[in-house]
Order: sequence, then C-alpha cells, then structure tokens
Amino acid sequence: MTETRVHFYQVGSFAVGNRLLSDADRTVQASRERTNSLDSGHRACQGCGEALGARYALDAAMRATGGRLVAVNATGCLEVFSTPFPETSWRIAWLHSLFGNAPAVATGVAAALRAKGRDDVRVVGQAGDGGTVDIGFGALSGMFERNDDVLFICYDNEGYMNTGVQRSAATPPTARTATSEAVGVDPGNVFGQGKDLPRIAMAHDIPYVATATVADLHDLERKVERAMTFHGARYLHVLVPCPLGWGAASADTVRLARLAAESGFFPVFEAEHGVVTGVRRIRRRVGVEEYLRPQRRFAHLFSGPGRPDLVARLQALADANVERYGLAPQEE
Amino acid sequence: MLQQLEGSRAVAETVARCRPEVVCAYPISPQTHIIEAIGAMVKDGRLAPCEFINVESEYAAMSVSIGASAAGARTYTATASQGLLFMIEAVYNAAGLGLPVVMTLANRAIGAPINIWNDHSDAMAVRDAGWIQLFAETNQEAADLHVQAFRLAETLSVPVMVCMDGFILTHAVEAVDLIDQAVVDSFLPPYEPRQVLDPDDPVSIGAMVGPEAFEEVRYLAHLRQLDALELIPEVAEEFAALTGRVSGGLLHPYRLEDADTVIVAMGSVLGTIKDAVDARRGAGERVGVLGVTAFRPFPVAAVADALAGARRVIVVEKAFSLGMGGVLATDVATASPASGHDLATVVAGLGGRPITRRDVEGILERSAQGTLPRLSFLNLDDDVVARERARMAASRRSGPFAENVLRDLATGGAHR
Repeated sequence: MTETRVHFYQVGSFAVGNRLLSDADRTVQASRERTNSLDSGHRACQGCGEALGARYALDAAMRATGGRLVAVNATGCLEVFSTPFPETSWRIAWLHSLFGNAPAVATGVAAALRAKGRDDVRVVGQAGDGGTVDIGFGALSGMFERNDDVLFICYDNEGYMNTGVQRSAATPPTARTATSEAVGVDPGNVFGQGKDLPRIAMAHDIPYVATATVADLHDLERKVERAMTFHGARYLHVLVPCPLGWGAASADTVRLARLAAESGFFPVFEAEHGVVTGVRRIRRRVGVEEYLRPQRRFAHLFSGPGRPDLVARLQALADANVERYGLAPQEE
Repeated sequence: MLQQLEGSRAVAETVARCRPEVVCAYPISPQTHIIEAIGAMVKDGRLAPCEFINVESEYAAMSVSIGASAAGARTYTATASQGLLFMIEAVYNAAGLGLPVVMTLANRAIGAPINIWNDHSDAMAVRDAGWIQLFAETNQEAADLHVQAFRLAETLSVPVMVCMDGFILTHAVEAVDLIDQAVVDSFLPPYEPRQVLDPDDPVSIGAMVGPEAFEEVRYLAHLRQLDALELIPEVAEEFAALTGRVSGGLLHPYRLEDADTVIVAMGSVLGTIKDAVDARRGAGERVGVLGVTAFRPFPVAAVADALAGARRVIVVEKAFSLGMGGVLATDVATASPASGHDLATVVAGLGGRPITRRDVEGILERSAQGTLPRLSFLNLDDDVVARERARMAASRRSGPFAENVLRDLATGGAHR
C-alpha cells in the first residue's frame, strides 16, 4: 500500500507553524518556566541573531542543568550589549575576562568546581566567531584536547561585527567586509581561506559537536540539551545572522538563517566522538542566490552584469556540503 | 627542620602546604621544576583536592587561573620571561578583576636575543599591571613568601607575584626550613572570596566600564595596593612570630645605621652586596644596603626613611628601560626627590652575567671617588660595542647585531 505524506507548510516560509504542532513542540517565547538567562532590555541591534541564539541556548542549558550553570563570555557584541553596567541582562552567574581566552577561563571555572566537589554545576563558554575561530582558537583547541567539562558555543555571524564588520576566518568567500572590500577583480573575501571549525572540533574526538541556526530554535535547544548529557568538551556552532554586518533587513534574520541551511551553504548536523550522527536534511532546496541576494555584503555579485562565475563557485561550496553531509531532501 | 633542597622544590613543597585547589602549568625555564613537583604531588594524591591542568600556553595558564579564582578556588601558577609576556593581557585582567591568584615568577631575561638566564626584565614589564610584586633574597624567603602571598592576595583580593631569581635561586640547593602544615593552616584560613560565580547568587563579573566610573574603579585598585603597604609588614610580623623567621616585609635594611653610601637592590644579589658591604665596613667605610622586597606596591615612605641619612645612593638593578635607564632607580628617586643625594644607577647582571663581590666593591670605590656616572653598565665590554658600531657605520647590510657580537667575541675582535 502506498502512503502519502502530508506537508503542513506555511505559505512562503515552509516552516511548520505552532498551530499545527503538539503542545510540547510549540515555541513559547515567554513563560514562567523560562529563565530568561539573557533578559530583555539589552542593547543588541533590532533583529540580532546572536541575542536570539544566546537566549535560547542558555535557557535550554539552564533547563538541562536545573539552573546549575555558570557562563563565561568572550569580549564581543554579546558581552558589550548585555552589560552596560549598572545594568546587566544576565540572570545567571556570568564572567567576562578577555577576547581570546574564554575557553581557558571556562576550563578554570570547571576545574574549580571539580576541586570543590560541585559536580552539580555545569559550565558554558560562549564567543562570537572572532573569539572562537581566530583569537580564541588556541585556547579552544586546548580545552578540546584536554576534554575539559565545558560546552562552548560559538555564535557565528561571520565577521567582527562589534568592531565594525571586519573579516574573520569564518567570513564566507566574496562577502564584503570592512577588510575584504568589494573592489577589484576578486571583490569581497577570497576563496580558499577560512576555518571550518565544527570539523576541526570533530577532529579532536570530543564527545559532541553540533551546528544549528536561529531558524530552528527547537533544534538548537535539543542540541544544547543533548550536549548537556555528555561530560567533557562539547562544541556548538550556531549561525546567527547579523542585520548590520550582512546588510540585511532586521526582519530577515530568521529567514536568512533558514535559507543558509536550506541552500546547503551552512550544513546543520551533529557528531559524537568525531563521527557524524545526524543531519538536518534540507526540506526545500534553494539555490545559494536566494540566500545571497537579500544581503548587501553580496550585492557586488548581482549589480550590473553581476558575477555569475562567483555565484557558481559559492553554489559549488553549498553542493559540496550537501554531498559531504547527505543533506539532500528526502525522496518523496 | 633544615633540609638541603633545590629552591624550586622548596617552593613547590610550600605551595602544596598552602592547599591550592587549581594549579595551571606550562613549561618555561627556569620555573619548570616547581610545577613539575606540584604536578607529581597532585598525581600521587599528596595534594588533594587539587586540579592540575597542563595548559597549551601561558596565556591559557593565567586565563584558567582567572576562571578558577572567579569560581572561588585558591589558584596558583608559575612562569618566567617570555611566558609572562605571553600572558600579559591576562595578567592585567586578573588584577583588574581583583582575583587573588598567586604566581611564582622565576626571573629571567627577555629576548631578543633569546636568553634563558636571570635578570629582572620580566618583572619590570608587568610593573604597572596591578599585582603585588615581592622579591625573594634567598630560597628560604622565596618559600616563605608564598605562604604570605596567599594571605595577602586573599585578604586584599589582589594577585601576588613572588619573584625569585631564575637558576640562581630556583636551581640552587640550599638549606631551607620547610614550614609545618599546621603553621600554614593557622596562618592561612580557607579562601573566602568577595565575588564568586555561584548559581545560587548569580552576579555578572567583568562588565564594561565607561568614562563615568573607570577612574574610580582604577583608583580603588590603587587604594588596595596602598592597603598592601600596611598589610605586608603586618603579615611578615605575624609570620615571624609563628616561625621565628624574618621573611618578607617591605624592605630589608642592612647596616644602614650611619651609612652615608647605600646600595639599593632586589633579589639574590643582596647576599653578594652584603658581603661586599661587610668588607668595606671592615675597612672603615660607612656603607649599607637597602633590599627592596616589595617592589609593587613601592614603599615610597619607607624607602625615604631608610635613605634619609644617606649622601650617596647607588641602585644596582638587573633591568633597565631602554632609552631611559634604571627602573627601580626611578622609583627610588621618587622616594626621596628633595634629598639631593647623588643617585647612581648601575645596570648589572643582565641575561645572567655574574655580579661578584669584587664588582660591588668596585662600584663602591668609584662612588667614593666620585667617578661613578649617573647611569652605567657593569662590566660592559666597550671594545666589542665600539667594533659593532664601526661595522654598522661601515656597511648598511651589517647583519644581525647579536650574532655579530658573538662572532666578534669568538674571533677576538678579528671579525669584520
């Protein structure tokens, strides 16, 4: 007998709406059970993907640990916009030390808790992509290698947004930043550079590595909860669109995160002990152009005659991701 | 009970008796023996509970210390030279956050040219970081200072650096009386932090501070240093009452009564200087020594008092500020700006060059004759310097000058 699967897609977004979900699966922004680890009133830009990601990741971590959590933060947007003292948005124990040392500071907190026999309290480290893939990379790799009991979360907005949108090792090829200008024969960031940190993390054989986007907050929450079932070093890499740095509408943050995943440009997967154990397959595959066009950082690819050659190379990167992780939509 | 112990071993045994809960280690000569010994004590269970963490850099060593201390643990690490410079951002940060980390600095020169031997350039590089910096004269004092360091650090919420001369102290085997565990326990109560990362009472630590409050926050840190000026002698006295040993304090004055010429110095060279002073005293000269134990905070008033009767002051120091001169000497000058006495700086012992009793007596002779310049470099080979200057003048591509000097020395000046 043949089975017909029914799709409950909202018009346009292809996301499943709350009304079609069971109570347990619904997204609830405000509830008494929520910690609001990163509380309202902070100074993030409208549509900030990092604020959204951090709020959901940390609240999920608080739920997973019964509120026994300490967070260590690298310097960056998340640190600056959350603590314009005497105001602080943090309702959890929170420490900021420096830009490049958050993984090591988190190691220190975990070591102190272990020495004190406080195995009920867990540690989360967090940084942007600059603090993770560039300046904090040595400390992060050290923390991974020692398998310290820290969940480190990178909120990746693909550049140094706090200092005025400069290129990082997480900036995609062709993207315009203040230090990868959209000029010359090869405008924007160059091809063949950058670090794929989730794969580098996997190469450390740590218990858990996952990627997520702010387009699927339940997936993000589930991965935080999964991460908290392990002890040792864990890494979560969250794509968080930046309206300012990407030159995108504030209302498009979630849409862009979804298009990044649905184009295959940002692969969403999870891995345990160095082996991929699950992928979030693409539901409706889109070309990278659909993802790139709404972002002014890629405007030079589409103005005038455009640069179809460069778009094709970006599409090839997305195709390679789809191939590598098996992201292609399931056969109907 | 006196034992023959390597300086590093004496420090490691003493630190262990202070019951640190987190110790970070990254190898750099000449401090490695300290952390190796502590690591073994953690591994065999003698030191417990304690987490010993092999980090990937000195930057991580201080960063892990920051996290551990902020979570309420008694925290210790050790470094030297390039290692201190590599962690310098975190060194400032630990002080700025008010975290009572204790660190041994096995004083060593800074490159280039790379040099593993002793001088005080490393300590001077973090002079303004907000750490208390105590200089040990002997291995006994180095060991004892660590017990006092934890007490000072945790009382004031200020990190403390115990500076001991690399190799000269760290690797020297001397008679040391290790402090009893019971004495340490009575002297050093469990650490009670002013601020701690606690899920039951969450606070935000390390917020951004703008111009509306930054000066006050920094001034409060300065006041804690001034508080340390009061506390350092008190702690040393209490320590002396318990152990019968004079270790620490602000200054070590020696034969200053009626002295008209006083040498000011820090660290292990004080022993040599005292021998020289004893010899000159024997010859009827009125000379004395002022050992500076607390370099930061700098005891301006106490130094001024100690030097009040001196006509000539000679600062012998193992570091200098290029393009300026003495570092310690500048502070000494500040301590008695109006005295008008002749202040000379002798830069000595750079990169491990020995300072002998003969050298010190020579300094005192030149001072007595009035031929000691305001700034001089002990045993500087002027000929080698002149020949390299000539090479540089003769050819644009004169090459790397450190290597030229070495080749010059090896060929007895024949190198062109």
